[in-house]
Amino acid sequence: MFQVRIHGRGGQGVVTAAEMLSVAAFIEGRHAQAFPSFGSERTGAPVVAFCRIDDKEIRAREPISEPDAVIVQDPTLLHQVNLFDGLGPDAYILINTERTFQELGMGDFVKQFRPERLLTVPATELAREHLGRPIPNAVLLGGFAALSGLVSIDSVAQAIREKFSGRLADGNVAAAEAAFEFVRAEMQEVTHA
Amino acid sequence: MPYQQIKFYQAGSFVVGNRLLDPEERSVQAKMDRSNSLTSGHRACQGCGEALGARYALDAAMRATDNKVIAANATGCLEVFSTPFPESSWQLPWIHSLFGNAPAVSTGIAAALKVKGRTDIRVVGQGGDGGTVDIGFACLSGMFERNDDVLFICYDNEAYMNTGVQRSGATPPAARTATTKPVGKEPGNVFGQGKSAPLIAMAHEIPYVATATVSDLRDLEYKVERAMELRGARYLHIFVPCPLGWGSASNDTIRIARLVKETGLFPVFEAEHGEVVGVSKIRRQVPVEEYLRPQRRYAHLFKDPPRTDVIAHIQKRADRNIRRFGLLPDENDSADLPGHATDAAGGPGSPPHPDETSAAAILAESHEGAT
Amino acid sequence: MLRQTEGSQAVARTVAMCRPEVICAYPISPQTHIVETLSDLVRTGELAPCEFISVESEFAAMSVAIGASATGARAYTATASQGLLYMAEALFNAAGLGLPIVMTVANRAIGAPINIWNDHSDTMSQRDSGWIQLYAETNQEALDLHPQAFKLAEALSLPVMVCMDGFILTHAYERVDLPDQDQIDAFLPPYEPRQVLDPAEPVTIGAMVGPEAFSEVKYLAHAKQIQALDLIPEIAAEFAGMFGRDSGGLLRAYRADDAETIVVALGSVLGTIEDTVDELRDQGVKIGALAIKSFRPFPLEEVRAALAHAERVVVLEKALAVGIGGIVSANVRMALSGIQLHGYTVIAGLGGRPITTASLHTLFKEAIADELQPLTFLDMNWEIVQRELDRQRVDHRPGPHAENILRDIGIVAARSH
Repeated sequence: MFQVRIHGRGGQGVVTAAEMLSVAAFIEGRHAQAFPSFGSERTGAPVVAFCRIDDKEIRAREPISEPDAVIVQDPTLLHQVNLFDGLGPDAYILINTERTFQELGMGDFVKQFRPERLLTVPATELAREHLGRPIPNAVLLGGFAALSGLVSIDSVAQAIREKFSGRLADGNVAAAEAAFEFVRAEMQEVTHA
Repeated sequence: MPYQQIKFYQAGSFVVGNRLLDPEERSVQAKMDRSNSLTSGHRACQGCGEALGARYALDAAMRATDNKVIAANATGCLEVFSTPFPESSWQLPWIHSLFGNAPAVSTGIAAALKVKGRTDIRVVGQGGDGGTVDIGFACLSGMFERNDDVLFICYDNEAYMNTGVQRSGATPPAARTATTKPVGKEPGNVFGQGKSAPLIAMAHEIPYVATATVSDLRDLEYKVERAMELRGARYLHIFVPCPLGWGSASNDTIRIARLVKETGLFPVFEAEHGEVVGVSKIRRQVPVEEYLRPQRRYAHLFKDPPRTDVIAHIQKRADRNIRRFGLLPDENDSADLPGHATDAAGGPGSPPHPDETSAAAILAESHEGAT
Repeated sequence: MLRQTEGSQAVARTVAMCRPEVICAYPISPQTHIVETLSDLVRTGELAPCEFISVESEFAAMSVAIGASATGARAYTATASQGLLYMAEALFNAAGLGLPIVMTVANRAIGAPINIWNDHSDTMSQRDSGWIQLYAETNQEALDLHPQAFKLAEALSLPVMVCMDGFILTHAYERVDLPDQDQIDAFLPPYEPRQVLDPAEPVTIGAMVGPEAFSEVKYLAHAKQIQALDLIPEIAAEFAGMFGRDSGGLLRAYRADDAETIVVALGSVLGTIEDTVDELRDQGVKIGALAIKSFRPFPLEEVRAALAHAERVVVLEKALAVGIGGIVSANVRMALSGIQLHGYTVIAGLGGRPITTASLHTLFKEAIADELQPLTFLDMNWEIVQRELDRQRVDHRPGPHAENILRDIGIVAARSH
């Protein structure tokens, strides 16, 4: 079983991201479960959503306390909320930011993880560019597909198209694909470094 | 269709005049084939105004709908005295659910009929003042707000009678009830409380709101028939004396109902979409005292010394109604409005003043003067 | 057809396929997505003929359903928590009148203190209302139970509530197999009411029944629920035959045949329990689980048969009978009367507190070692509780407990998740 935890703020589509990720896994014939943390949702408040993916039926219902991957949609949460609780040394972390880990003040923190599994992607900027709106959730899934290989970019695109339609879908897919390429390039750099 | 009054001066009532009318204009009760929706054998008290009103109202509804009525009844006197298991007085399909939900149950029945394509069958919800004005009020308002196709009838005997005569939101000021006894400073129910369900119904701007009493039964029947010509939420508020609860003689029920109208204390009118369209004029105005005296629930006002201050206060309420609704006949009256009573002289009733027609105007007036 | 979708949506779509004729609902978290979806389906005409009524309260919702059902329409509503309580009078009325209304309850805690998260206190509080109560473990079962519920309700002329954990199931996306309209139509015939409000044949429904007949009427309601003990498995079997999967029934045992310790529970927590059971089984522990699916009627004989051989029974429940302890465990105890074994009641998950495999692991180990108290509270913060109790002994400050506790803790910081 692979467990993903997505952090963000209310209004950024964190819950939808988890749902789309689960749909992408479903498209690939796998079992997936997505659910939010059900805090007092309001725009701007920290929100968490969870996604479990497995090849057999998923029975667990508890929140994910030991995620295999964390996606951070909003870097302003970084020193406010304990985003990395329960992560093991082989975990994946994808952060939505234009800055580097060093610039985010996470230089020391990242040393305990595998460098090719800790990446950033400017998802909000990509969203603005391709979508015209600063909503990074679907974009990050594209990046995550590249980072983890858990789902393919095609499945992510299909999941996006199931949720959205018309130009919203096109824009999100384009942004997600851009993020996919960005992260893949980043990963190659890191492994060659 | 408006009904025609036959004046019968000696008796002072219109009841005997039935035989003088054309058959189509007679009361439903005059017909051998009337539905007897509420048939004999029920356990109502002698002289019960509610039993009288319900019988007339439902038989009128049945005639107007070709005998296709389903009734939903709130808990209360009517429900209790009409269905002592295993007997039932009802000869139409009838359901009693709870005290506070008769309007909502009615909504459900209407919805089911609509889904099944049987909107030829009409729905009547009914209850006493407690079930309508107090505990059923939210459901009533919801039904009005959605404009559900229901005629709701409130039989107002101005207290919770079935449970032993306790005060309700419809109990008038100064009336004695088990919870508003004339002890201490206040003589019975206090002034400054209570609500007018008909005015509130008008504020919902539903297709039809009307008031009636059991003293003018043809008027009551007409109003039910009128209501059944219309679709959507309709409300009928009927004044029904309760001899037991009011301490009045059981043969005084109709007379007291007439007096409440002739004092102006209970305006008899019709309204459509929030505007008054017809008023039943006072034939010969009487002072409120004449109405209060026959009821022991007001006996404490007539002790030695009498509470003339309270009676004057009640008179003021009557006067205000007369003014608000234009209850006294005018000299310069114009043509009849539908459902309009004519006055004793035979002239047409006066239409209400334009600025008195809207519920807003009437409600605005409610802040004038003392209560 | 397999779909990855939200629990609420799956339930709503399946309910729509059951061809309800009148839907009357009032919004309350976490049921909102169900009624929103149904409202959409009625508006677009996908669900027709159907009247969707936005009522002014839950009391009105159940009352409208009563009127509609009595007039021969298939009626449905959904609610949770406070809403269920607000319609409490109408619940008893619907059951007493024998109206086959089906209602989804998205299980949620009851205030005060107000809490929107999942536990079973709402439906447990109405267990004696006369309604049949079925509890779903998964979203698949939640949607499967609805056609079964309509069929059961209409066969017996009794209302049925389908209970699914609020948020945990309603708001979770998971894979479900949605039935199609033809399948549902084959399984669930149109509603044929026994007693209906019809001018062609007038009946009086809801008369006042005095001491001379009330007991008999009440007994007959009980007798009908006892009949359900046979009908529920029958319908579940018919469902399995037609849809190819097990859903519903009275109960389901998991690795319990040779178990020395059996954990009993209702609803979605069974998934987590089974994961923990598997972990312990891998360590050689003889432990199993029993899912109770029909809580009313309570399957006394079947529960007894399933548990009699065990050395100990742990009832894990998401509701607390304040002043005594467990609710489900009291019913289980009744089933086991006369049988000697260790019985443990564990109150867990109140107000939506997550139940984790880690905590269950520890709990079950303690149970197996018979180190548990008869009544335990899982993951309780005893420090806070004790501090408040100590302070109450000294300072008789009145007021709500929640706010009093806050005085100690100060401002509650946002938890990390």
